[in-house]
Amino acid sequence: MLKNIPLSAAIGLIITGTYFLAAIFAGVIAPYGMAETVGDVWEPSSAAHWLGTDQIGRDLLTRMIYGGQTTIFIATAATILSFTTGAVLGFIAAVSGGWVDQLMSRLVDLFMSIPSLILALVILSSIEATVVTLIVIMGLLDSTRVYRLARAVAVDITVMDYVEAARLRGEKLKWIIFREILPNALSPLVAEMGLRFIFMVLFISTLSFLGIGVQPPLADWGGIVKENKEGINFGIGAALYPAVAIATLSISVNLIADWILTRTTSLKGGRG
Amino acid sequence: MTTPLLQVRGLKIGATVYPPGEKPHDIEIVHGVDFDVEAGKVLGLIGESGAGKSTIGLASMAYGRGGVELTGGEVMVNGRDVLQSNLRDIRKLRGAEVTYVSQSAAASFNPAKRIMEQVIEAAVLQGKFSKSDAEDRARALFDKLGLPDPDHIGNRYPHQVSGGQLQRCMTALALCPEPDLVVFDEPTTALDVTTQIDVLKAIKDAIRDTGVAALYITHDLAVVAQVADHIMVLRQGEMVEYGTTDQIINAPQEEYTQALVSVRSITHEEKQPTEPVLRVENITARYAGTKFDVLHNVSVDLSPGQTLAVVGESGSGKSTLARVITGLLPPRDGAITFAGRTLSPDQPSRSLEDLRELQMIYQMADTAMNPRQTVGTIIGRPLEFYFGLKGKEKQQRIQELLDEIELGEGFQDRYPAELSGGQKQRVCIARALAAKPKLIICDEVTSALDPLVADGILKLLLNLQRVEDVAYLFITHDLATVRAIADSIAVMYQGRVQRYGTKSEVLTPPFDDYTDLLLSSVPEMKLGWLEEVIAHRKMESAGN
Repeated sequence: MLKNIPLSAAIGLIITGTYFLAAIFAGVIAPYGMAETVGDVWEPSSAAHWLGTDQIGRDLLTRMIYGGQTTIFIATAATILSFTTGAVLGFIAAVSGGWVDQLMSRLVDLFMSIPSLILALVILSSIEATVVTLIVIMGLLDSTRVYRLARAVAVDITVMDYVEAARLRGEKLKWIIFREILPNALSPLVAEMGLRFIFMVLFISTLSFLGIGVQPPLADWGGIVKENKEGINFGIGAALYPAVAIATLSISVNLIADWILTRTTSLKGGRG
Repeated sequence: MTTPLLQVRGLKIGATVYPPGEKPHDIEIVHGVDFDVEAGKVLGLIGESGAGKSTIGLASMAYGRGGVELTGGEVMVNGRDVLQSNLRDIRKLRGAEVTYVSQSAAASFNPAKRIMEQVIEAAVLQGKFSKSDAEDRARALFDKLGLPDPDHIGNRYPHQVSGGQLQRCMTALALCPEPDLVVFDEPTTALDVTTQIDVLKAIKDAIRDTGVAALYITHDLAVVAQVADHIMVLRQGEMVEYGTTDQIINAPQEEYTQALVSVRSITHEEKQPTEPVLRVENITARYAGTKFDVLHNVSVDLSPGQTLAVVGESGSGKSTLARVITGLLPPRDGAITFAGRTLSPDQPSRSLEDLRELQMIYQMADTAMNPRQTVGTIIGRPLEFYFGLKGKEKQQRIQELLDEIELGEGFQDRYPAELSGGQKQRVCIARALAAKPKLIICDEVTSALDPLVADGILKLLLNLQRVEDVAYLFITHDLATVRAIADSIAVMYQGRVQRYGTKSEVLTPPFDDYTDLLLSSVPEMKLGWLEEVIAHRKMESAGN
């Protein structure tokens, strides 16, 4: 299976893999402690500090590695949460139809009519921003988007004869959703997942940049930009490293999603 | 001797395929075909799906659909090799010298433009006629093709005429620029038999009167026998037999052609009705949100181990009846008794026993099976669901069922996409059988299949009926099928049962008008059948 990987997907896999490995083994590979002050303010890069130091003299590479860990963890968890809720609810709406579908869809419309950043700001101003609350809030807000996609895909599938055949057999909702619909809806959902993961990275970074996301001294990429943004005035690029990290991670994850999409659709008997 | 209008020599057509897990490669789909069409003559191209009929037809316009490429040979139209011509010359050819009539007129007309605009478009664009001349010509053609109100029908939009009328409009479109050759690609396949006969007659007369040559592509030998002078039988991109219509129908040489001619030679002894397993009483039904009934007072009985054929044209309510019986559409009135129990009108409230004993087979086997499940899962699920079979026991039963549908070993792990059309339908039959039902509703199960394959499926169904003692409610528009397998027949028309009884009762005169029309419209495999039917109808209407 690993023989026929196209170049683009290989690049995507390598970059994403590096980021995830760095995130997982942050404690092992980071050269210094996360909140340890080890040098002067905004030192340029040197052998001791590859990316230099930040605005209070912490090693920037260490901050980036720990920041990546937080950002990637929160984004991954929130994506999983949003996909499970969104997809299951979307499928239920499509299979049930009628007033169940109406009620759920209108409710989702209601949530989607409020810009999610503002909604998140409102919620986070009233409750404490911990890693768990961030994941739950981001996951649920984003699940409205997944719901729409899952419902649209599933509505097409529920009218197929094989779903009718399953219903006539007397199958329960669970079988219809997980055995008849899910396998056929997987490829558009996987493609969307790559995209959604990136939106999550951007979302958490935005929240942290605004100061209501991940709280210091915990590091995350959005927070590093915020902490170091003053440096740009003095020609110090510390704030740009997280930007580069976010951009490369986005692109590489999408390269993988594209590859999975073509692979799953060309499976024998896959959706054309 | 004059040069033929269309001369095809050694035509080879290739395409690129993209099999999963392999590198894309080229295959040949037509392997060197030769034929001639002389001016004013009709050549019928016949064969099952995948035989290359349509591909050859389009090649005479130097056109290859999708990834299809014309790789070799000559296609001479009026003495010019169109495969060597440049695009500018080909453009002059298409829509002027050679025109095309496709299978689905409904999908081929632009719904946003009036019919007249589209009918004259090619003729005017090619500079053959001025706009007003072309319109006059179109009106004359509408008249010749027997369309109602020929002077004004062109002002309508495509959705404002019926399917059969639209197909005739398309024929007018093809004939309007005075072409030398018309390619008819299954022009009547999508139509009801009663409509097909009018369109067939119109096409035949138009071909005769305008003196145009034609390529007539179809999978129905009985149809092509009515219009063609010569017939070429194709199979897997190769010519099987080529001869005059008379010779192909009456004295076929090749084994394959003989099989095609003698198809539907199934004989089935009619059984007498007994205590019914299914009793449908006074069913009246309508779809939610509509204001008219699609079924009116429908009552039929079906005896155990027998076949009730429900026939009628599209829109007659056949499939709706099936939906009512399965409980997908609760009726407004009436009752259904099944195996001595009164069936609950809506499906979710039925008992597992009711669901198990009433199974269904669909028209399109493609969409009736989950493409992501293997054959083993598809057949195994009812076993697991209804009987709680697991592991080895289940595997064994699956294999037994596969043997019953004559597929044998090695099919359990295949996906539906790896099966042929006939095999898919067989798997659907096995899935229904797995539940050990008392009744199977067969909704047009053979109409998407090639004649020979359909024949095999019907024989299989009859055998299974003998072995399993299962009753069939057989919904079809194909009367040949009905004759082959039914014990009793219900003829439906506009939501009512027009005629109902045992097969011999229903098929014995005197007929009511509709049954007569329906029965006489089924193409028969003999020369001159079309003329006989038309003459018979004229006599009848004169008598009335």
